[in-house]
Amino acid sequence: MAAQAGSDVASLVSRNEKTILPEWVEFQKKAGILHTGRISEGELQSQSRNFLHLLHEALTQGGTDTSGSAYEAAKAMLAELSRSRAMQGFSPSETATFIFSLKQPLFNAINRDASLSADQKASTVWTSTMLLDELGLFTLEIFQKSREEVIVRQQREIAELSTPVVKLWEGILALPLIGTLDSQRTQVVMENLLQTIVDDEAEIAIIDITGVPTVDTLTAQHLLKTVAAARLMGADCLISGIRPQIAQTMVHLGVELNVISKASLADAFAVALRQTGRTIVKAKRVEGYTFADKKSGGQDA
Amino acid sequence: MDRIPILKFGNALLVTIQVDMHDQLATALEEDLTSKIVSHNARGVLIDISALDVVDSFIGRMLDNIAAVSRILDADTVVVGMRPAVAITLVELGLSLTGVKTALNVERGMAMIHDRLAGSEADDADDED
Repeated sequence: MAAQAGSDVASLVSRNEKTILPEWVEFQKKAGILHTGRISEGELQSQSRNFLHLLHEALTQGGTDTSGSAYEAAKAMLAELSRSRAMQGFSPSETATFIFSLKQPLFNAINRDASLSADQKASTVWTSTMLLDELGLFTLEIFQKSREEVIVRQQREIAELSTPVVKLWEGILALPLIGTLDSQRTQVVMENLLQTIVDDEAEIAIIDITGVPTVDTLTAQHLLKTVAAARLMGADCLISGIRPQIAQTMVHLGVELNVISKASLADAFAVALRQTGRTIVKAKRVEGYTFADKKSGGQDA
Repeated sequence: MDRIPILKFGNALLVTIQVDMHDQLATALEEDLTSKIVSHNARGVLIDISALDVVDSFIGRMLDNIAAVSRILDADTVVVGMRPAVAITLVELGLSLTGVKTALNVERGMAMIHDRLAGSEADDADDED
């Protein structure tokens, strides 16, 4: 039955290929696919022609069972097309239109075909509708999947980019956090920080959260975990860069960070220097006193 | 090999854990350390765990216990050389060892104990005045 229906559609397609193809391209144009400026008419023509050809072959060999091996080539082409359209920034409906706009030319061809009885026409319409729906859904699935791949890749890149540990001074590290802190990122941040503490023999780490947009209870917990782990390694942690709104939110939420926190990285750095036994002194400028004088003076003494 | 050696180092005791800790060893260490603190009149305990790459909740609790016991006996406990992976594990287990002092390496740990001893001696001197 399925094979019969498939070969019906197949012979219909092969008989009417000359009329279906231009009509199909016309419908796609009417849907505004060319207005997006992301695809040329030539490309559209060749894509449509290729697909119609592959569909025809699949129908002849495998009937209407789209999960069969006969459809591999046609599906591969659809997957490729949908992936490239996802990358080019087509919308899901624009991508799905490629398949769904094939319906009308196909139905027109069925209508025009005098050799088919009314019953045959109805069943052929049904078969081709089912077939095109399946292929359309397949296209959308691939489209969705490729968009998700893009998102996953971007997430990974962001995670790699945004966790640098900076050495501010001998034994003092800074960790400028940018973006939302989820548990996965906290893990990366923690590992980076702890390893750098070991490598640099740091005593103090300053976690700067100027670039963290919101601090909720979960983020605070992640921060505290990082602080606790650093403390276990024998390094003290300071938190800096808490913006006024965030400070308010934290108080409203009842979040408490039981660590020294400073408003700016500069303040935290000053504290860190003091804790490691250093002071900052303004250089004195004395009239007529140059470096060379100082040097010779030192030798004299 | 059923005991972890405890070395006397001036006023402090030095413990270097170089084997995988199992629970029995941990309990034995806790007992030994307590009696040594009393017998040597130690004021500081330094535990080096830099060779330890697996720590479970039992060992974590043992470290906390040792710190609590030695605090009662007026000695400071400093745990030094914890590896990053171990620190993360302990935090994930919910053991942040708040009663334990930590330092990055033996050198800094010793410095911490000496600072504390120097501070308390100064206090004693003040009291005498």
